[in-house]
Amino acid sequence: MAQFQVLVVGAGPGGYVAAIRAAQLGFATAIVERAELGGVCLNWGCIPTKTLLRSAELFRQAQSSGAFGVVMDGTVRFDIRAAVAHSREVAGRLNRGVRGLLKKHGVQVLTGQASLQGEGRVRIEGGDGTQQVSADHIVLATGARPRELPGFTPDGERIWTAREAMTPQALPASLTVIGAGAIGVEFASFYAALGVEVTLLEAAERIVPQEDEEIAAHLHARLAEQGIDVHVGVRAEAPEVTASGVRMSVDAAGVRFDHHSEKVIVAAGIVGNVEDLGLENTAVQVEKRHIVVDRWSATGEPGVYAIGDVAGPPWLAHKASHEGVACIERIAGLADAHALDPDAVPSCTYCHPQVASMGLTEALARERGHAVSVGRFSFVGNGKALALGDSQGFVKTVMDAHSGELLGAHLIGPDVTELIGTYALGRTLETTELEIMRTVFPHPTLSEALHESVLAAFDRGIHA
Amino acid sequence: MAIEIKLPSVAAGMEEATLVRWVKSEGESVAKGETLAELETDKAVMEVEAEASGVLGRVLVPGDTDGVPVGTVIGVLMEPGEEASALANYPAEPPAAAEPSPAGAPDGAPADTPRSDRADTAPVPRSPRAAEGAEGRVFASPLARRLAAERGIALEGLAGSGPHGRIVRLDVERARDSAPAAVAAPAEETVAASSERVETIPHSGMRKTIARRLSESKQQVPHFYLTIDCLLDELLALRERLNAKGERAEPRYRLSVNDFVAFAAARALRRVPEVNASWSDEAIRQYRDVDICVAVATSGGLVTPVVREADRKGLATLSGEIRELAHRARDGRLAPADYQGGGFTISNLGMYGVREFAAIVNPPQAAILAVGAVEKRPVVRDDQLAVGSLMTLTLSADHRVVDGAVGARFLAELKVLLEDPLELLV
Repeated sequence: MAQFQVLVVGAGPGGYVAAIRAAQLGFATAIVERAELGGVCLNWGCIPTKTLLRSAELFRQAQSSGAFGVVMDGTVRFDIRAAVAHSREVAGRLNRGVRGLLKKHGVQVLTGQASLQGEGRVRIEGGDGTQQVSADHIVLATGARPRELPGFTPDGERIWTAREAMTPQALPASLTVIGAGAIGVEFASFYAALGVEVTLLEAAERIVPQEDEEIAAHLHARLAEQGIDVHVGVRAEAPEVTASGVRMSVDAAGVRFDHHSEKVIVAAGIVGNVEDLGLENTAVQVEKRHIVVDRWSATGEPGVYAIGDVAGPPWLAHKASHEGVACIERIAGLADAHALDPDAVPSCTYCHPQVASMGLTEALARERGHAVSVGRFSFVGNGKALALGDSQGFVKTVMDAHSGELLGAHLIGPDVTELIGTYALGRTLETTELEIMRTVFPHPTLSEALHESVLAAFDRGIHA
Repeated sequence: MAIEIKLPSVAAGMEEATLVRWVKSEGESVAKGETLAELETDKAVMEVEAEASGVLGRVLVPGDTDGVPVGTVIGVLMEPGEEASALANYPAEPPAAAEPSPAGAPDGAPADTPRSDRADTAPVPRSPRAAEGAEGRVFASPLARRLAAERGIALEGLAGSGPHGRIVRLDVERARDSAPAAVAAPAEETVAASSERVETIPHSGMRKTIARRLSESKQQVPHFYLTIDCLLDELLALRERLNAKGERAEPRYRLSVNDFVAFAAARALRRVPEVNASWSDEAIRQYRDVDICVAVATSGGLVTPVVREADRKGLATLSGEIRELAHRARDGRLAPADYQGGGFTISNLGMYGVREFAAIVNPPQAAILAVGAVEKRPVVRDDQLAVGSLMTLTLSADHRVVDGAVGARFLAELKVLLEDPLELLV
């Protein structure tokens, strides 16, 4: 029976990063994966969708390039097959990259479904038959999958999950996206840009419910401008597959209407992959279909840890990676191991316009008893945004009025996903408003909007 | 001309103090008479005031340092407009000692100790100053700096838990939770914002000391309690007769029941000396003198001034001393000699009508007597129900020092002395 010091189950962005860190620290490390290295993120999530959204962005720009003096004679059209092929190519490249990284760090890759047998023993089935291994430390990084909506069982044909949605053979005429979280609005935005008639249904009272209210309101208006039919506070029920699509009943606070579209994407949250792991042989606790862990990712079973999506929200690749590193460093007893600060995890949504945020929303900050100073700066006042021809949106910074602590940042507009990292760095370094005010942000860049919003929070804005 | 700030001797007999915190930080302007730093001795908190207006040029002993001998130069004040070069003679960081400082400086240590000697006796901060860089630079996050400044916490005294020992917010918050809150108002704002219906009263030095000592006592001393009733009819009659004489005496006196209790307790302690003792890990220390502490409630909290050799004093003298000490305690004028030491404590809540209560042992003493009110209660005399003046006494004792039978013997002796005051004469 093969013996390891660290065995990681699942090779997504949490698992493979944890495995590499473990190998770096000198642990005899193996990683088990039943599907593709890189997990959903690399193969069926972040990366291929960002590639597709880049295609949509180029298409959008091509249609409006005349204003910039770029004249395209003839028609600009979108080739969905080519776009999908390109996104698959990028995903494939990264997948091979992960294999190379694991090999380089001496992590042994095992293929199959892992099942815990208790006392550090793990059975791995599939690939090359069944094998038994044992490990001192087992890190579960099995990820998550789309939550199923009653009745809306994905059939790969009419009712899609994200996976089918990112590999369409052709563009549908109409599409309904159920769930207006990050995944839902990204697909809605992508298909709307390509001319598909898109309906977006959200059960909560607003879209992107995790984001700051002002951001959600602005995004709602912008998506509507793009022709997306957005409904909030509604439930889609009783789906019925027809010859031309799916018919459903939409319940809007007691008022029902019938709705029909060619395709349906179910993006109503995700659930942890906790099944078939042999957790019943351990003291690992599962609640709300996620593994219960402490801040160092330890489960109820000594020597068993869980990181990333399977250990609960936020369901973000970078959160999984950081948890993986912290968990391994804790196992190694490193003095400077650092548990993830949940208030310093940025999140990015690549719809058009982009949304990025970190930390507390204004409402949450107030709820936690902070006296807040809030500053906003619109990209209309930013030279670089005007030059880009994309000056809608704004930057909102939430700071503690008393201590100047950076509590949260909420951005919507051009390339804001690249700006949020600056805030995350500021939060980690425990900045106050003064350090941001004193920082020289280069001109002309979008980052000046960040600077101005902090100035505005203390009534010192120059360009507004 | 730079002015040296020395640890003042605020009370007679004071040899050393804890430098609790600096109210001003380096580079801050101060007016003459403004508070520069706070000191704490066993039972009192004192302030170090600026002798002249100027700028606090350098802090030589950081906040949160125990056992700073009187006369130690703790910082340097610069006159307004004075160049920083005036500080050239002073180290940029507090001197580090090779060993922990001795518990106290020798008596009568010269106030102006030469600087070269000072390094040997320099106090050591409680926590390592990991965050201090080679040039004395303190690595701290901006947020940590701001929170520390607002709360008057010296960063130099903190251990940083951040990368490479950097002081981060958490370190300041921990220091705040374990140290006194700043008396200055700013710290209250954040608290008030979240809890408008709660008034936040910052801990005084005395409150902190009370909290620490009593928590330690209740947690570490194995208490047990004995209660006894004393019939005081004869004692009250005697008291009446004595007080009638006292009005015409020179000096005049007026004896309280508590004076009799103290007087009797002093004699009972002589008869049962095992109670007049304290615990140490090595041995039980039994006191040769009978020094009795009397608990006095003041606006700042409980203090326990001590009556020395109480067993050798007449009732009127004892009464006068207790009264004088209580006055001084309420006015905050107790000198350390007034409250240091003592082998036994008496706490009386009878004047509030409290019938009986159990007090917490006052460490390192082994026992404390809780005195209740004198009240008329039914008593059985010769199988007949009668009315008598009774008082209930409760002894709380440290079982490591005082066994149950010893405590009971002490109470029995005390009861005899109080019930039959003639016994007090022999």
